Amino acid sequence: MARITLDRLAHSYLPDPRGPEEYAVKEVHHVWDQGGAYALLGPSGCGKTTLLNIISGLVRPTRGRILFDDRDVTDLSTEARNIAQVFQFPVVYDTMTVRENLAFPLKNRRVPREAVAKRVDEIARLLDLTRVLERKARNLSADLKQKISLGRGLVRPDVAAILFDEPLTVIDPHLKWQLRSTLKELHRALDLTMIYVTHDQTEALTFADKVVVMHDGAVVQTGTPEELFARPAHTFVGHFIGSPGMNVLPCRVEGRTAFVREQAIALDQTYPMLGDGKRIELGIRPEFAELGPPGTGFPVRVRRVDDLGRARIARVDMGGYQLTASIPESLTEVGGDASLRLDARHVHIYADGHLVTGQGRP
Amino acid sequence: MIKPLDNRAWLLVLPVFAVVAFSAALPVMTVVNYSVQDTFGNNQFFWNGVGWFQDLLDPSKELGGRFFDSLWRNLLFSAIILAIEVPLGIVVALSMPREGWTVALCLVLMALPLLIPWNVVGTIWQVFARGDIGLLGWSINRLGIDYNYVSSPLAAWTTIVVMDVWHWTSLVALLCYAGLKSIPDAYYQAARIDGASRWAVFRTIQLPKMRRVLLIAVLLRFMDSFMIYTEPFVLTGGGPGNATTFLSIDLVKLALGQFDLGKAGAMSLVYNLIILAVCWVFYTVMTNVDADSTRAEA
Repeated sequence: MARITLDRLAHSYLPDPRGPEEYAVKEVHHVWDQGGAYALLGPSGCGKTTLLNIISGLVRPTRGRILFDDRDVTDLSTEARNIAQVFQFPVVYDTMTVRENLAFPLKNRRVPREAVAKRVDEIARLLDLTRVLERKARNLSADLKQKISLGRGLVRPDVAAILFDEPLTVIDPHLKWQLRSTLKELHRALDLTMIYVTHDQTEALTFADKVVVMHDGAVVQTGTPEELFARPAHTFVGHFIGSPGMNVLPCRVEGRTAFVREQAIALDQTYPMLGDGKRIELGIRPEFAELGPPGTGFPVRVRRVDDLGRARIARVDMGGYQLTASIPESLTEVGGDASLRLDARHVHIYADGHLVTGQGRP
Repeated sequence: MIKPLDNRAWLLVLPVFAVVAFSAALPVMTVVNYSVQDTFGNNQFFWNGVGWFQDLLDPSKELGGRFFDSLWRNLLFSAIILAIEVPLGIVVALSMPREGWTVALCLVLMALPLLIPWNVVGTIWQVFARGDIGLLGWSINRLGIDYNYVSSPLAAWTTIVVMDVWHWTSLVALLCYAGLKSIPDAYYQAARIDGASRWAVFRTIQLPKMRRVLLIAVLLRFMDSFMIYTEPFVLTGGGPGNATTFLSIDLVKLALGQFDLGKAGAMSLVYNLIILAVCWVFYTVMTNVDADSTRAEA
């Protein structure tokens, strides 16, 4: 039970890192509050597993400190840190029964036998493992084995946090939903800090109260799922969250107008501090770019229409740029020529990839 | 999938059958032939039925007595070297480096004894253990311990056991090392997080994962030691007395020393059957373990 602080943490797998590109995790400063459900989201190779292993103590960071509450644990071993971690692939002790597997972390810490039995029964009930408790772990299916791994993580009542490293990779899709909601329930029932690493946005957004998005070794945004959707702090977040991702177009900003090629797009704010020599881009989510009949907005050519079942998505061409746009239900005929309306409140301006806060919102 | 069945395919195996017939079946039948006959030389043979086998399996008879003596000697030898080489091999494998250039160095050094021909190993130790010119024998004697493998059965046994351990422990170690290398890192990380002690890691992760290679190692070492001939023959010639006369040495004495072809034929057949039986037991155990682990992975 602790608040975990990452204090200007950085890690490189090379002994003598030179430039920032040699760091697997670039400087990260972050606080994980006690009892929170966090997701660490990012594509493969962005450094999320490294960050997780630093927290659990399997990897020692090159620079920076880790604090549990106010205690510096940077140099403490994994055993001394009181952290539970569940790995991507199930790890079970083959020769033991399921019960012995679940009891193992407690037994190693010399918890009295009655307390162990009580806790194991409780966790087994929560994970629905009660009926296999006395069976040998080795002959069980992959998802049961992963449940045992999860159980071993959850069984210690006093851990500072439980770290999940893409724990549902080996689970069948229909069981994934079930297990994810089980985890969510466990989080509520047990009042534990949980950090869940994944590259799957659905997993992250459904599990977590707060999502930490990582890109290329750096944390690019931390926020609730709504914040990530409504105000992506980085064009990468815009791309990565949402399906399809945000449209990003190079542009030029003058006052309350952005120019994409010669197309003038109205903004509801001014951006006086953009600075010179930066790459200025405009971002708009497809949900706020609506297709209409020709002559009602910016002229576009429709390349393709994808029917996703509950919504239709149009791939359009606006002055040479490819965009995705939503098609309102009222629009039944989608021809080659159409027009696009952008909701000015949801147009964001990015400088070198980072969101710029405008001024003078009416 | 359609599996075409064509009995003419058997024709393709015929050459192999022919080779096996000439290289294995015919020689074995010759031995069977000898085992049921007696000879007084001059290529004259007389039918003896199962007489030699009755003698061989009756410890009160001369033939049975020496057969069982050699058999117990051989079993004791196998038990001793297994009891030493398997734990020692595991310890060596555990202490070998996991990565870096030292791995290659270790592997080469470990493989060296395995590459030396049997009779060379025997000769090396014969010289090494001699009291007058051998470094080992001379040093032991200088320490005040009376050590002479030519006259003392205990010294002879010790020398043969140490020689076998020197020769073959690296085989067990290399097999165990391969087993250890196949354990994913996540297991060790999980064990650290679960707070497992070094001993618990060994007992709950490493030993179960080494089970299959250990079975293979035990099988190979048992078979090899049960059939051992060259090294003790070169080192002690079966002596002092009959102290180190193992089954194969006894067999050669019987067949080529005394030229008792009938007795030797019976003895080699029984010897062969023992080895086959042990092989079968190991094979059954191993396939069961395999089936068990594939079911576990499915």
